Amino acid sequence: MKRLIFLLFLFIGLSASAQVKLLDMSHLQKRVSNADTVYIVNFWATWCGPCVAELPNYEKFQTTHKNQPVKILLVSMDFQSKLNTDVIPFIKKHQYKTEIFLAQRKSDEEWINAIDKDWSGALPGTLIVSQKKGIRKFYEQEFTYDELNKLYQANK
Amino acid sequence: MKKMMTLLLIAGLALTAFKPATEGYKVGDTAADFKLKNVDGKTISLANYTSAKGYIVVFTCNHCPYAQAYEKRIMELDKMYAGKGYPVIAISPNDPVALPEDSYPNMQKRAAERKYTFPYLLDETQDISHTYGVKATPHVFVLQKTASGNVVQYIGAIDDDTENANPNHTNYVQNAVNALLAGNKPAITSTKAIGCSIKWKKGA
Repeated sequence: MKRLIFLLFLFIGLSASAQVKLLDMSHLQKRVSNADTVYIVNFWATWCGPCVAELPNYEKFQTTHKNQPVKILLVSMDFQSKLNTDVIPFIKKHQYKTEIFLAQRKSDEEWINAIDKDWSGALPGTLIVSQKKGIRKFYEQEFTYDELNKLYQANK
Repeated sequence: MKKMMTLLLIAGLALTAFKPATEGYKVGDTAADFKLKNVDGKTISLANYTSAKGYIVVFTCNHCPYAQAYEKRIMELDKMYAGKGYPVIAISPNDPVALPEDSYPNMQKRAAERKYTFPYLLDETQDISHTYGVKATPHVFVLQKTASGNVVQYIGAIDDDTENANPNHTNYVQNAVNALLAGNKPAITSTKAIGCSIKWKKGA
């Protein structure tokens, strides 16, 4: 019985960490609108080498800043049909605790332009939003942990 | 003096024809020709295609899943339009040191396996990729051959349906080339799409 409960908890733990929510543009805009929080939104994909390589930096940043008003959102640009076959298994494997979404979009172009007119569409890309300071900046580049920290310090 | 003027004129033309590499081309610019090594070892230039009316220049590569998703459609574009005067010219912009899968031998292998009917060129110095302003793979530049050079008429994605799941998708490149063949300007001249960032050489 004890063992069953343990297994049950293990299962709940795994499925909770493997949650990937679909996110459309209006939800994303709403999600980053809290004035007390700085949002760092990273656009990545399971197939994108440099994206996968930098994800641990975002995870580490969120862990080391958990008591600060900053929130990391990881938005996958994988094909929507790959949610169950690629994205969820990837998250399960890496056990990321940062919030993960899959971009629900009609077309890539619509999504890209809504995020930032200057984004070419190349991955990875990162958006930082601070409503309080009126900041909304997009970076088409990779980030190290230190660079993320600097980005936050400069915009908080 | 006359010679001096001619030289100045040539210099001026060269400046207008070749914009700074960092900016990249915009629709209406005149695109530079190139000399790049094909997978068969030969050097290819746009000028080699004497009977072409224009070109579908596709920056693509081996490793990128988005490029792979479009590979068949790139091959179809060449089949559809090479005979009509718009051949596909594929160029790999990536630094093979950063991505061994995009090395010249691997490009040769992929072109042979998939039976590419178009050249697949390696931009070893990445100069042409910088000049064109390629942002991600795949990235298409439709050029129209005119008396004053190869004019950029369309920049962007092949269509708006990477997954090829929507039967009502818009074929941007086909529409652009069809318009040019009919003597018109493309209705949509630039689009964006998700893609794999270019692996530039370190320190470049």
